[in-house]
Amino acid sequence: MPDEWLTVEGANISFQGKWTLDNFHALKSVLSQQGELSSKKKISLNGIERLDTAGAALIIEFIGIERAKQVPEWASELPKEQQALLVRIAEAMEVPLDIPPCTRHSITDALANIGQKMSDLWSQQRQLLAFIGLVLATLIPLLLRPHRWRFTATIAHIQQSGLNAVPIVALLTFMVGAVVAFLGATVLEDFGATIYTIDLVAFSFLREFGVLLAAILLAGRTASAFTAQLGAMKSNEEIDALQAQGLDPIELLVLPRVIAMLVSLPLLAFVGMLSGLLGGAVVASLSLDISLTQFMTTLQKDMSVTHFLVGLSKAPVFAFVIAVIGCLEGFKVSGSAQSVGAHTTSSVVQSIFMVILIDALAALFFMEMGW
Amino acid sequence: MTHSNKSSEQHSQPVISVRGLVNRFGANVVHENLDLTLNQGEILGVVGGSGTGKSVLLRSIVGLKRPNDGTIEVLGTRLNDLSEEQRSQVERRFGVLFQRGALFSSLNLQENIALPLIEHAKLGREEAEYLARLKLSLVGLSPNTALQFPESLSGGMVKRAALARALALDPDILFLDEPTAGLDPIGAAAFDELLVTLRDALGFSVFLVTHDLDTLYAACDRVAVLSQKRVLVTDTLARVASYDDEWIQDYFQGPRGRAAQHAHQN
Ligand SMILES: Nc1ncnc2c1ncn2[C@@H]1O[C@H](COP(=O)(O)OP(=O)(O)OP(=O)(O)O)[C@@H](O)[C@H]1O
Ligand SMILES: [Mg+2]
Repeated sequence: MPDEWLTVEGANISFQGKWTLDNFHALKSVLSQQGELSSKKKISLNGIERLDTAGAALIIEFIGIERAKQVPEWASELPKEQQALLVRIAEAMEVPLDIPPCTRHSITDALANIGQKMSDLWSQQRQLLAFIGLVLATLIPLLLRPHRWRFTATIAHIQQSGLNAVPIVALLTFMVGAVVAFLGATVLEDFGATIYTIDLVAFSFLREFGVLLAAILLAGRTASAFTAQLGAMKSNEEIDALQAQGLDPIELLVLPRVIAMLVSLPLLAFVGMLSGLLGGAVVASLSLDISLTQFMTTLQKDMSVTHFLVGLSKAPVFAFVIAVIGCLEGFKVSGSAQSVGAHTTSSVVQSIFMVILIDALAALFFMEMGW
Repeated sequence: MTHSNKSSEQHSQPVISVRGLVNRFGANVVHENLDLTLNQGEILGVVGGSGTGKSVLLRSIVGLKRPNDGTIEVLGTRLNDLSEEQRSQVERRFGVLFQRGALFSSLNLQENIALPLIEHAKLGREEAEYLARLKLSLVGLSPNTALQFPESLSGGMVKRAALARALALDPDILFLDEPTAGLDPIGAAAFDELLVTLRDALGFSVFLVTHDLDTLYAACDRVAVLSQKRVLVTDTLARVASYDDEWIQDYFQGPRGRAAQHAHQN
């Protein structure tokens, strides 16, 4: 019932009851029913039991700021504290509180967005190239000065991104090895050539899958970790602090990570190759009646070491790209939590994309070279 | 209308009462057998050297750190004994300003303040954001900052915005961790005045951690001194200032302490 808060008798309007946030909706609708307040009306605030900032704001909006600021003159029966509150809030409402609403969702905005995205993509690639240059320019002179190598940090990163990833890489490649063997067996059986399953598994793992699976795993596991670590440091101004002390964040933070990846990924790729082969061998011996000895001899006879080298040669490239993208995205983080999330996502997507792109280009190259 | 009257403090009942509190981090004992009372409607200044555990005490009272021992009663209940639902009911009556601001970095300023208004007071977005801008103006930030994100604010602006968020729901108990650190002196004085005005009108109680002697003189009804892992003394400023303890004497009779006292007397 409306007269719980407001009663109107002729030219008198009196406020009463609890003008608090809990009743905000009801109070607002009571006031909107009143419409414009003419300055001739007499206002009484005596009946107010409770008043808080939200209630005061509503009253002031209704009676006008000027009148509210003079509350001590015309409402001296109101407790001093509430007068002070009304005056204080009226002062705060003197600055215009309405802000221009932001216009969105027009077609031009959509077009502008597309343009923005494209130019962002372009500048992202340029930044990546520039960052690679920066890292190399810092790395190469440092190679000649071993006393400035950061062994502890590098070893710690090798443990985190390399050693700790061994189980998951081994398990994953083992299972993919088994799947490839099954697929091969199913297709080749029609030609009575199940024995070539061995070649299929060996070929695919030595040249492609061992290193590719390891790289994709590290792109998901380590690139994201690098971005989140550096991003948190960035938003905590730690990187600025390093720079202000004349220390080089590239040398201190990026190089240990890049070097750790350059060490870890080839080793993990090797683990991946072995355990992929093992997966193939297990399937071969259990369901294709190809014994382990037969598997090994075929492997020795048919597979030249070139395949292994071709596969492994890609590992350092992948490692470098993943580490550099992870670190660069970390540096791009701005203060907010959201930005950490956005750049972590971007770093994983970019590094997986780059790994697969480079792998495809490399496959073409090696094919043309006949290696 | 509940509003405090400085002379009738001894009659008012406590809203927070801490008894025998023990807090430890590993071997580092921060509080040992700490007692503290915050009365209805009073502004209690909590002072102590750096690292004496003021922030930890605040965190234990609002239930963010489980104490190792002792009891903490807030508004007549023990937070740790309540169910999630009941606890949230009690917690919505708190307003907390964290030492580092702790604004939500992915929301802009008005959304930061509107969030509790929308979630707890069930206001519509537009109304909540209007009130949010009012609160911003109240703490001395121009409504033009309403659309800015916390990362683009200066340290003092973060403090003000965090205060506005703490005040969003017109809480029953306000916890402020060094609200005037990083404010310009004019802003700090305006803060003292705002705090007292709001307290008088709304009748909330304030747990105010501060190193700012001027705030102690201008706003606090009582002062609690944290030292030697407990609350050494809680009393009116005049009596605390004359308490016989080396640290307290250094604190209040040092050059800054005397300057603040002098400024307040004039
Ligand atoms: N999360 C934590 N883990 C371990 N120790 C902590 C933690 N938080 C606080 N401490 C320790 O508790 C003690 C008290 O810290 P607290 O932050 O409460 O100090 P303070 O009184 O607020 O100091 P200041 O005035 O500098 O803010 C310090 O010794 C600190 O090292
Ligand atoms: Mg603190």
